[in-house]
Formats: sequence, structure tokens, C-alpha cells
Amino acid sequence: MRRLNPKKAELIAKGVLLLFAGTAVLALVAIVGYVVVKGIGVINLEFLFGRPRSMGREGGILPFIISSIYLTAISLLVSIPLGLGSAIYLTEYTTEGWVTKAIRFGVDCLAGVPSIVLGLFGFMFFVKLLNFSWSILSGSLTVSLMILPFIIRSSEEAIRAVPQSYREVAFATGGTKWQCVTRVVLPCALPGIMTGIVLAIGKCVGETASVIFTAGTSLRIPGSIFDSGRTLAIHFYLLVRETGASDMAYGSAATLLISILIVNFFAYWLMRRFIARVS
Amino acid sequence: MVETGNSEPQKIIARNFSFSYGNSPALKGITLHVRTNEIFTVIGPSRSGKTTFLKCLNRMNDAIANTSKSGELLLDGRSVFDKDVDVAELRRRLGMVFAVPVALPKSIYNNLALGPRMRGILRKKRLDEIVERSLKAAYLWEEVKDRLHTSARNLSGGQQQRLCLARAMALEPEVLLLDEPCSGLDPVSTRKIEEALLELKSRYTIILVTNITAQAARVGDRTAFFLMGELIECDATETIFTHPSNERTADYLTGKFG
Repeated sequence: MRRLNPKKAELIAKGVLLLFAGTAVLALVAIVGYVVVKGIGVINLEFLFGRPRSMGREGGILPFIISSIYLTAISLLVSIPLGLGSAIYLTEYTTEGWVTKAIRFGVDCLAGVPSIVLGLFGFMFFVKLLNFSWSILSGSLTVSLMILPFIIRSSEEAIRAVPQSYREVAFATGGTKWQCVTRVVLPCALPGIMTGIVLAIGKCVGETASVIFTAGTSLRIPGSIFDSGRTLAIHFYLLVRETGASDMAYGSAATLLISILIVNFFAYWLMRRFIARVS
Repeated sequence: MVETGNSEPQKIIARNFSFSYGNSPALKGITLHVRTNEIFTVIGPSRSGKTTFLKCLNRMNDAIANTSKSGELLLDGRSVFDKDVDVAELRRRLGMVFAVPVALPKSIYNNLALGPRMRGILRKKRLDEIVERSLKAAYLWEEVKDRLHTSARNLSGGQQQRLCLARAMALEPEVLLLDEPCSGLDPVSTRKIEEALLELKSRYTIILVTNITAQAARVGDRTAFFLMGELIECDATETIFTHPSNERTADYLTGKFG
């Protein structure tokens, strides 16, 4: 068999790779486009800021938007300090050994637990045992468990990527370990940490399996974290399953997707501004 | 107190000081002293223990696992390894400049203000003062005074090294530890740094590790020659360069090895 001309091989490789990359983008555009096109028709002020009527077949989705924001905010409030703290500990305050390996292995296992199983755990532990009942709190804590390993690993990678020489400068200028972390390492690692958090937000907003077990499906606006609330993702699921009101479901889905996109763009914009300021 | 064989006070004293990384010794029984307000140059081929000596003084080697040391290393008559030595304060007193200039991804101003801020100086006026004084001392002020709040990463290599020098001086240290501060710099930048050093020695004690032997001759008051972790010879710079008492020093200086 004759070997392929390297120039031809180059051309073919380039073409095939472009095709693969294009497929990924196309899939994204197709999904977002489909949902937005089908859903945009029902989105108006009354839909966004109204209350649902007849189980969501008519009316608006305000309670679900509020529940989603509530759930996401509290999940992040719990998991960011825990995750970032663990990452800082693992990278800066210990040396590699069996302890760090055990922690990391545990974190990876947690990341691999299916969300429905976490939901079941959340139901048994937060809802029943701790008696938080179906509430934003139970849901948030369960979702925190889900995104925690994610935040730990992405923060860890970001912190590890900060050059060792930066730390040496911090120490040589009379800094303590904590000052080195807060003044030099974290500002440099922030873009990477933020990327992890933004992806985590997406997971929070889109999570259904575990939230349905723990936050419940109430149609009301949650007054406090101890009230049950229905997130947009769950509303979407229930609309399709139980009412068959597909146009309203697409409307909710489109709202969900668009808001995630807005959050992403906003976060990246913030990050770009931050990087421009520090470097 | 410290015994003084000379009229000048002795800032730093090493007595039979040894240091090893794991099983490989980096410094073997070093005995020398550095006088206040002199430029003490350390020369020698790579891997001769020059940098290790500096990093022992301000204890930058603490973080490395599995090291061992023996002998004494004194700053103002007190061991730098004493249990009650505040390491952060020690490093403030011994400002260090690394071989490779590292400008943090912050503005020029914030690079310089980092050290003072970490020791609790937060008043803007005082920080402004320190920043200006340090930059002037490092002969960098004129070049950057209009862009203090732009990124330090945009400076040229020579400017970044002078920034590092200024950053060390912003700590208001007593001693400057310079680890090959001119490696990788062009002759013009090198000269600027040397001029700065000669100017600075009235206020600081300077230990300059250099692999440019001519530089040691140009700025040094006294010079030590390190080889494979041993101190071969330590004397007035002029003596070392004109009448070295050890054959190996002569060979190194004339370029027979190194």
C-alpha cells in the first residue's frame, strides 16, 4: 500500500477535524435554536411576571423563576466556600500524600454519583431525618453536594496553574501563607475558578432529578428557604408529563436557556474586565 | 555579642554552615562574614551553592521537604533559624531579588505595594511615598512614573528586573539578597542595575550572587568564591581578582573552567 502524501493527509485531517468541531457547535445551535423558536412565542411580560393558572397550562412562571434563583443562590452560597476552601487546602496547605489522594478520590466518587441517587439521599437525610421537609433549603443542600466536587476540582486546577514563582515572590516580600493565597494566588486563579462556578450555575439551574425529591413542586412563590418551591426545570418536566401544555413548556425551557446564556455572558464579561484590570 | 575582627560591624556571619537537599550536600562547612554597608559578591560556577546560601539566609528553603542543616547562620548576632524568629519579618529585613524577574500580573504600583500592604501599611499617602522612593532608588521612576497603574507585565526584561529590585526595597529591608540579577539582561540594563547598587550600598548591606565575574570586580567590596558547595576563598574583591591565594580561584577567573 502506498503511503498517503503528507500534504494530502494534512488537508484531510484539517477537514475532518473541522467537521467534528462543526458538529458540536451545530448540535448546540440546533438545540438552543429549536427550543427558543418554539418557546419565544409565549414569552411576554405576563408570562415572565405572572402567576401560573390551572397547573401552569395558563398564566406565568414567576414563582418558578424565583425558586430557581433562590435554589441556585443558596447552593452556590454553600458550595463555593466549601469547594474553594477544600481546593485551597489541598493545593496550598498540605503536601501530596495518602490523605490528599483519599480526599481527591472521595471527591471524584461524589462527582460520579448519579443525581437521582443524591436526590434520594437528600430526601432521606435533609427532608426526613433533619426534618427540613420539601423546601428550598433541602433542595439547595442536595444540589450543593452535586456541584461541590465540580467546584473543588476546577478551583484546584486553576490554583495549581498559578506559577510557583508568584508564590515565591509573595513569601520573599514577607507574606504569610494566607497572605500569599489571598493576595497573589487567588487573584491569579480567579478566571479559572469563575469558569467552574459558571458551569456549576448551569448545573444548578438545570437540575431536576434530585430537586424534585427535595425541593418539591409547590406552585407558590417560596417565602423563605423553608418553603417548598418548583424550579423552572421541574416545572418544564411536570408540564410535559402531566399537563401536555407543550407551548408553555417550551416557553419555560426557552426562558431557562436564555437566562443561562445571559449568566454565562455576564460572568465572562466580568472576568474579562477583571483580567484586564490585573494583568 | 559577635566577635569583631574588623572595625566594621558584621551583619551576617556563617560559621561552619552546611546544608543539604536530601542526600546531596549543597553547602559544606561555610564560614564567612558580611559587613554592614558593603557589597559582598559571591561568584562560582552553577550548582556551587550560591543560591542555596541566599535562600538559607531568608529561609526560602523552609518549604522544601527533606533538607538538613548544621552549623550557624547569624543575622545581627542572632541565628536566623531560632524558633522564635518571625519568618515573615526576617524576609522583610532581607529583601530578595530572583535570577528570573517575576512581575506579578498586577499594576506596577500594586507590585511594589504588595510587601508594605502585607505588613499592614495601608495609608495611601505612605504607600505612594514608598512606591516613589523605591522606584527612584532602582532608577526606574523616570521610565514608569506616568503609568504606575498599568500592568507590570508590559515592562521590558531590564525594567522588570529593576521593578523586582524596587519591590525588594519597598520592604525597607536592611539587607538586599540579589541572585544573579543581571543574567539575561543587556549591557545597558546591567549597567543601570550596577549603578543603582553602588548608590544603594550606603543604606543597605548587599549580597550579590553573580555569574558575571567582571560584575563582581566592578561593584564588589569583598568577594567569595564558591565551588561545589565549598567556600574556596573569601577576601577583598581586589585581592581575589589580582592575587587569588587558591589555584582554583585563579583558574575560574581566567576561564579555565566554569
